[in-house]
Amino acid sequence: MLDRRAVLGAAGLIVHPAQAWAAPKAAKGRRIINAMMFEEPSALCYPLANTRIMQEICGNINESLLLFDWQFRPQPNLADSFEMSPDGLRYVFHLRRDVLWHDGAPFTARDVAFSCGVMLPELNPRSRAAFGHIASIKTPDPYTVEFQLSQPFNAFLLSFMASSAPMMPAHIYEGTDFRTNPYNLKPVGTGPFKFADWKRAQYIHLTRNERYWRPGRPGMDEMYYRVCPTPEQRLVAMETGAVDIAMADDIDTIVTSRLVANPNLVTRTDAYNGTGEIAIMELNMRRWPFSDRRFRAAFLHAVDREFLVKAINFGMGKVAHSPIPSTAPFYDDKVLTKYPYDPARARALLDEMGCKPKLGGVRHRFGIMMIPDGGGYWTRGAQYIKQALAQVGLDAELEAVDWPTQLRRSGNWEFDCDCNSYGEYGDPAIGTSRFYLSSNIRKGVPLTNLQGYVNPEVDRLFNQAAVAVSRSEAQGCYSRLQQILTHDVAMLWLYERKPVFIHNKRLKNVVMGPNGPSDGFGAAELA
Amino acid sequence: MKFSYIAMRLVKTVLVTVAVVLLSFFLIRLAPGDAATVMAGQTGYGDEAYMQSLRAEYGLDQPMPVQLWRYVEKVAQGDLGISYVRRQPVAEIILERLPNTLLLDAFALLVAAAGGIWLGGMAARHPGSAGDSAVTVLAMLFYAVPQFWLGMMMVLVFAGWLHLLPPFGIETMGADFTGLARLGDVAQHMILPGMTLALYFLASYARLTRAAMIDVADQDFVKTARAKGLTERQVARRHILRNALIPLVTYAGLQASILVGGSVLVENVFSWPGIGTLAFQAVQARDNPLLLGIFIITAILVSLFNLLTDIAYSVVDPRVELGQ
Repeated sequence: MLDRRAVLGAAGLIVHPAQAWAAPKAAKGRRIINAMMFEEPSALCYPLANTRIMQEICGNINESLLLFDWQFRPQPNLADSFEMSPDGLRYVFHLRRDVLWHDGAPFTARDVAFSCGVMLPELNPRSRAAFGHIASIKTPDPYTVEFQLSQPFNAFLLSFMASSAPMMPAHIYEGTDFRTNPYNLKPVGTGPFKFADWKRAQYIHLTRNERYWRPGRPGMDEMYYRVCPTPEQRLVAMETGAVDIAMADDIDTIVTSRLVANPNLVTRTDAYNGTGEIAIMELNMRRWPFSDRRFRAAFLHAVDREFLVKAINFGMGKVAHSPIPSTAPFYDDKVLTKYPYDPARARALLDEMGCKPKLGGVRHRFGIMMIPDGGGYWTRGAQYIKQALAQVGLDAELEAVDWPTQLRRSGNWEFDCDCNSYGEYGDPAIGTSRFYLSSNIRKGVPLTNLQGYVNPEVDRLFNQAAVAVSRSEAQGCYSRLQQILTHDVAMLWLYERKPVFIHNKRLKNVVMGPNGPSDGFGAAELA
Repeated sequence: MKFSYIAMRLVKTVLVTVAVVLLSFFLIRLAPGDAATVMAGQTGYGDEAYMQSLRAEYGLDQPMPVQLWRYVEKVAQGDLGISYVRRQPVAEIILERLPNTLLLDAFALLVAAAGGIWLGGMAARHPGSAGDSAVTVLAMLFYAVPQFWLGMMMVLVFAGWLHLLPPFGIETMGADFTGLARLGDVAQHMILPGMTLALYFLASYARLTRAAMIDVADQDFVKTARAKGLTERQVARRHILRNALIPLVTYAGLQASILVGGSVLVENVFSWPGIGTLAFQAVQARDNPLLLGIFIITAILVSLFNLLTDIAYSVVDPRVELGQ
C-alpha cells in the first residue's frame, strides 16, 4: 500500500531536490546521534582489530575498568575502586555490583580475568604489550580481581584505557574460536549503547541500553554510524547537519577552518590527547648519511615545522620537540635539544659531516616514502619538505605508494626515509619505547623500531623506567631519555597532531576526557 | 543449430572463467604487501604474533600451490570464499553491490544509446551542416575529456553551484526513505554519475550512428524508398537506421561489457556503492578472495553479454545466422 507521506515526499523532492540531502532525520521523538565512518569495520569485536573506527563505535558498547581524566589520572568506571601494593607488584580491583551485560548476564570478576588474561592478550597487540606483565589473576569473589605482576610496570593502570582494555563477555567468548564467534558481528558489552543492527554499506545502528548502570545515561536514544567514504561527502554532511559528529581525519585539514567558522558547529582539538599522536619521519639509519646525527639535525634545521603546522596543517597541531607529547605525563621541556628552522645551520652541519654539494649543487639524493592519504595533509607536508630540503642541497624524491606497499617496505627496511605517526597512549612504556628499543628491531613487522636505532643507554633507561615503582624514579629516567634522544635526533619529530573533533551545537557533553570517542558517547545529550 | 551454438558458447564461458581464476590468482600476488600487513598497520601497533595469526587464518602462510588448490577447489563447488577484511561470504558482498552497478549501467546505456542515436541521426540527415558540425564537435569533446574530470566538474556545477542534484552516494544519508520517496531519491542520486558515464558512450554512439547512416544513405534500396514516395523521416528511421544498427549493437555489447565490471573511476568519484568502488577497496586492502570473486563474476557476465550481443545480431538483421 502506498503511503501518502511517501508520495508527497517524492513529489517534494522533484520540486526542491536540494532539500533531499539537507534535512536530517527526526523520527518519532527519539533523540538520535548521527556519526560517520569512512569505511566499515571488518567486525565489531574490539580486540580483533583495534582500529580507529572500531574504537569510535565499540567505545559505546564495551567499557573498561577505569576512565581517565584530562591529567590521565585513573577514575572509577566498571571498577569502583582499586589498590596497589607498595612494591608495585599487586593490583586489586573492586568491581561494581550493578553492571549487566546487554544480554542480561551480570558482569563479574570472571569477565575481567578472561578479558585481561585470555582474550585481549591473544588478539590485541597493544593489550599483549600491557598485560604481558601479568603473572597471575585471582578472583577471590565475584566482584574482586587481583593482578599479580611478574615485575613492577608503572603504566599498568594506564593500560586500562578503554581502547587497550575493553571488557569482553566471558560467557559468550570463553571456549570458542574468537575469530569466528558470531557475536563478533552483534557485540555484547556493558556500555551505554547496545548493538541494534548493521545494514552493510549503509550504517551501523546502536540503541539505548535501558539497563545501563550509570543513572540518567545515556542522554540520547539512538546512534547511527553512516558509511561516508569521501571527504567531500563528509564535509557536506557536517555542513548540512545530516551528521552530528566528525571524528579525527573525517575532515581534511584544508577545509577544517570552514567548519570551525560554522556557527552551528563546535570544534575540539583535545579529544585525542589520550592517543598523544606525533607525526614523524623515520630514517633508515642502516644507511649513510642517515646514520650520522649531524645529517638528522640538519634535516630538522632545514624544515620550518612552524610553517608545516600553520600553513600545511592549518594550525591543527604543535611543533614536536620531544618523543613524548607535551600534553602527556613525563614530558620535560628543560632537557630538550631543540632544532629551530635554520637552513644556514643545516648547510654547515652537512658540510661538516662531509655531505658536500656535488654537480648541480646536490649534496645527496634519497627517497621519501609518502603516506597514501589521497593528496591530504600528509602529501602536502611531504611536498613542502621536499622543497625545504632542496634549499639546503638535499634532493628528495617523493615516492607515492599505497598502504600495503608502504607497510611492506617500511617493515622490510626497504626505504631511505618514510612518513609515519605514532600514538603514545598516555605512557612512554606503552606507546613510545617501542620505536627506540633495540629489542624491537623486527624485520617484516611494521610499526616497530624500523630505523634500526640502537643505543644501549636508551635501552637500559626505557627498561628501568617501565619497572620503576616510584613516579619520580620514572620521571628521572624519562627526563634523561628525552635529553639523549633529542640530542641524538633519534627520530624526525615533526609535530604533535591535534586531530579535530567536530560536533553539532545541538549536542553537549560529547567529549568528556582525553580518550574522546573511545570512551563512548554515553554522556552526550541535547544542548 | 542455434541451441548447439549457445551451448558451445557457454562451455567457452567456463573455460574463460577458469583462465581468469588462474591468471588473476597470480597477478594479485604480484602486488607488494598482504592483508595481514595492512590490518596490522591499521591497528597502529606492530606485532609478529598478530600478523602470523592473521596469515594462518587466511591461509596465507601456506605454499602458493596449496593456496591455489584450496581456492580452485572451493570455487569449483560454487563457493567464492570469505572476504579477509569484511569476514562475510564474498558472493554475498558482490550480490549486494551488483544491483547498484547494474542499475547505473542500465541508465547510462539507455541514455547513451538513445541520445547518441538521436544526435547521430540528426547529424547524418544534413552532413556538413551547422547542426552536424555542432554534434561532431560535442561528440569529440565528450569522447576526449577524462571521465573522472567530467565527474568532478558535474559535481561542482550541478551540486556545488546550482544545488540541483546530490553530489555523492546512492541515497540521502540519514533520510531512510521508503517506497516511492526512496525511488525518487535514488533516481536523483543516479543522474550525475549516470550522465558522466553516459556522455562518453553517447559520443561514440553519435559518431557511429552518423557514419553508418551516411554510409547506408547512398545505397540503392534507400533510393528505392525515396522513389516510392516515403517522407525523409520515414526513410531515415525505417530504412537507413535499421540497416545502420549492426555496428551500434556491437558497440552496445562492448559498452555493457565495459560497464559491468563497474567503472572504478566514476563510481569512486561519486561514492556509488557498486562493484567499481568495491574492487578499489579490495585492492587497497589486498582482500584477495573479494577481488578474485569480482573478477570471476564479471568475467562470467562479460561472456554472457557477448553471447547476448551475438543473439541480438540475428534479431536485428535476419540475414545474420548464429553458427560457425
